[in-house]
Amino acid sequence: MSTHRRISVTDDVSGVSVVRFIDKKIVDSGSIEQLGEELNSLVLVEKRNMILLNFDSVEFMSSAALNKLISLNSKVKAAAGRLKICCLRAEIKEVFTITRLDRVLDLRKTEADAIAAFKL
Amino acid sequence: MSSDQEHWHFDKVLSSDLDVGHAAIEELLSALTASGWEGSDLFRIQMAIEEAIVNAIEHGNKRDESKKVHTVFRVTPEKVLMEITDEGAGFDHRNVADPTTDELVDKPRGRGVMLIRELMTEVVYNEIGNQVTIVKIRSAAVVEPSQ
Repeated sequence: MSTHRRISVTDDVSGVSVVRFIDKKIVDSGSIEQLGEELNSLVLVEKRNMILLNFDSVEFMSSAALNKLISLNSKVKAAAGRLKICCLRAEIKEVFTITRLDRVLDLRKTEADAIAAFKL
Repeated sequence: MSSDQEHWHFDKVLSSDLDVGHAAIEELLSALTASGWEGSDLFRIQMAIEEAIVNAIEHGNKRDESKKVHTVFRVTPEKVLMEITDEGAGFDHRNVADPTTDELVDKPRGRGVMLIRELMTEVVYNEIGNQVTIVKIRSAAVVEPSQ
């Protein structure tokens, strides 16, 4: 079993890997690099391809962290999987909207909404 | 006391070290909070200054710790001014690729400059692009109608 330092992962009964973030503020460049590696390892090493990122504990993230989500999305797609994101606070959601990442990433309001969307 | 009166002034030459940059940002956020800034304005300022300082250290000074980042913050209850100057060659701020185009929207780079521009009231670069001056005016408060 992999050890993660920047994320925690739980397996939903429907087979979705629900990822939560350890850091409230995702800004430190070393932590962001490690976060990117841990997210990528979910797909490349642990062979998970139904991934939900739950942001309910995240208060702030920089664009460098956004870049890691885009990279993860590419890897999940390449693995014929699906990535969804939920529970963004309004200010972070605004960042996704400004950068038009809401067109690229599947954003859902709640974890239940997101889990349900995997079944569609 | 006039609301335009400066509450806090920061003027320091920082080394090109992200930890040093983040410490300066934390000082700014504390000063803003002490001056009554909160909510989405505070978040937007944090986002913009994070991008500006990281750009100066990583892209401007290429993390060369012999190069400095001159950082000026001026905080009042209604306005914050942030001026960041690096010792790099600058960049052509007039021709930064739009990261929201279909070709670039799924590429993991190039959003910092756009976010600063979109989130702040005024953003001005010097001619060579190694200095950015960012201004944020406090958003108008929602005033409840009187009974």
